[in-house]
Amino acid sequence: MLIFKTILASAILLLSLVVAMYSTLIERKIAGFFQDRLGPNRAGPWGLLQPLADGIKLFFKEEFMPNTADKFLYILGPSLTMLIACLTSAVIPWGPDIVINGQVFSLQMADVNIGILYIFAIVSIGVYGIMIGGWASNNKYALLGAVRASSQMISYELAMSLSIITIVMMSGSLSMRDIVNQQQGFNWNIWYQPLGFIIFLICAFAETNRSPFDLPECETELVGGYHTEYSSMKLGFYLFSEYINMFISGAVMATLFLGGYHFPFIDKLGLSPNAFAFVSFLVLFAKITFFGFIFMWVRWTLPRFRYDQLMRLGWKALIPLAILNVLITGVVILLNQ
Amino acid sequence: MERTFIPSDYIPIVVQSVVALGFVVITMVLTHFIGGKRKKIHTLRKEENFECGIEVRGNARFPFSVKYFLIAILFVLFDVEIIFFYPWAINFKDFGWNGFLEMLLFLFFLLFGFYYIYKKGALNWEE
Amino acid sequence: MFSNYIFYFLSALALYSSVMVLLSKKPIHSVLYLTLTFFAIGGHYILLNAQFLAIVHIIVYAGAIMVLFLFTVMLLNLNKEERSPKPIWVKAAAILAGIMLGLVLIGVFRGYDLRLIQHPMESQIGLVKELGKILYRDYMLPFEVSSILFLTAMVGAVLLGKKEQI
Repeated sequence: MLIFKTILASAILLLSLVVAMYSTLIERKIAGFFQDRLGPNRAGPWGLLQPLADGIKLFFKEEFMPNTADKFLYILGPSLTMLIACLTSAVIPWGPDIVINGQVFSLQMADVNIGILYIFAIVSIGVYGIMIGGWASNNKYALLGAVRASSQMISYELAMSLSIITIVMMSGSLSMRDIVNQQQGFNWNIWYQPLGFIIFLICAFAETNRSPFDLPECETELVGGYHTEYSSMKLGFYLFSEYINMFISGAVMATLFLGGYHFPFIDKLGLSPNAFAFVSFLVLFAKITFFGFIFMWVRWTLPRFRYDQLMRLGWKALIPLAILNVLITGVVILLNQ
Repeated sequence: MERTFIPSDYIPIVVQSVVALGFVVITMVLTHFIGGKRKKIHTLRKEENFECGIEVRGNARFPFSVKYFLIAILFVLFDVEIIFFYPWAINFKDFGWNGFLEMLLFLFFLLFGFYYIYKKGALNWEE
Repeated sequence: MFSNYIFYFLSALALYSSVMVLLSKKPIHSVLYLTLTFFAIGGHYILLNAQFLAIVHIIVYAGAIMVLFLFTVMLLNLNKEERSPKPIWVKAAAILAGIMLGLVLIGVFRGYDLRLIQHPMESQIGLVKELGKILYRDYMLPFEVSSILFLTAMVGAVLLGKKEQI
């Protein structure tokens, strides 16, 4: 069992890395499409080798460290960000059980009792990587970017955890597997919780520091934000973890609101367990891709918020709305009982 | 349907942490050794902090706006209050109307506090 | 037993990092060591199968309170290590207070019958569902009173943060 889990963990890590790499290419292609240009097309057919070229470039770049930086924390910052980005996927159910040699294996790393809260714990710790990195570089822009990023992340974390409470009220469980299994077929949570879904989606944008919430790294006023002083793979870790977080948050949203790996009629096709698991995984992956496209679509369509607008949206709009959502859901559930 | 949950449920998370940590450490060490290196010429200019090409003035670590601090304190308070919702939400259907009214009272105090900080302008960034 | 080794490892980690909180020169390192201590204690909770408590410990302490500490250290930004040597009587008083606290803790724990807890790892009492039932049925009044405490804290924070003329 331990061997299977190790293989699964490595597979998930590899998958998120490859997806993150190719998200950068797809993002640039989509940006090209939106702006009526071609996008990268030199490295390989359709630019397919571009992510590899970028990765190799980052590996061979000179490492730079400002002489006033705190050396240990300067390295710790990006490492922590990457580590945390890789840990969130542990409670996501990637598909139904598979059978190898008569033994049943679960495609979920850990089905813990407190699944959703585990994700929140990891998200709340995500602030550290950015704050440590921004502070350690001893650069004014980096520090400003780090403080902005962390205020933004903690503010939106509140609305995010409030919007999930309604899901817990409906399902009566915090385990991700239970929540997925209650959304068989087309019985998805989004039909019952449209408001909660929209709040969660907005918060997911803010937590991943994606545009229109990319103030921590807004290049017009802060040069590069918290990673101004970073180069080589340390910079790569910061940029990469953003795409991994995008992928994982897509997976979390698909699991909580869009029924995870469930889709109508695929359980009636009469497939063998392993083929069924594979098709289910593809369904989940398609949902994640859909979210990835939304992330990119919004980035190349909407302008960036001002900081006061961002804080106003988080505190004065999303938190009251999420509380209202809890009340409405409570009354509706109780009236239907 | 009652499942039992035991601490060993968490072993896979430890496994994943080890795998992720291994990846991070190996990449960091690898990029340190294969990354390009110049001869160590200790020009202070190069190792200075970036400040858009002008002379670096003072230290970046200076005290600034108390607003961020206030947001962090309010975040801690709200975070703890929201955590209280979870054990309630998971038992919501069992508690029925009684539990709902209990939580309504709690929510009333929370919203009262929220209204207070709203009115006091603690959430205003414009001034 | 395997869980014994985990227990010793977590205890050693907790002790080491809490000692390092006191010994590190830079305040920001102290904050990070304190976070590590909280993680070790979270691990202990998981060993006792108090899963909800463990995750709340990490969300609230490591994810919220320590972020506040980090903000404080970063925003105050004590550039020079202004470690003015404290007068000898302050040190003596601190040591005395520490010893007294230690005595009180020893006195408290001697009273407990530690064999009372049997099979802590299989017990389902620390899971979120059981905890919710107890909290919202038996301990409803303290829970409601705590909301007033939160309200007070909010008012205090705003008053200190806004610094307006009265």
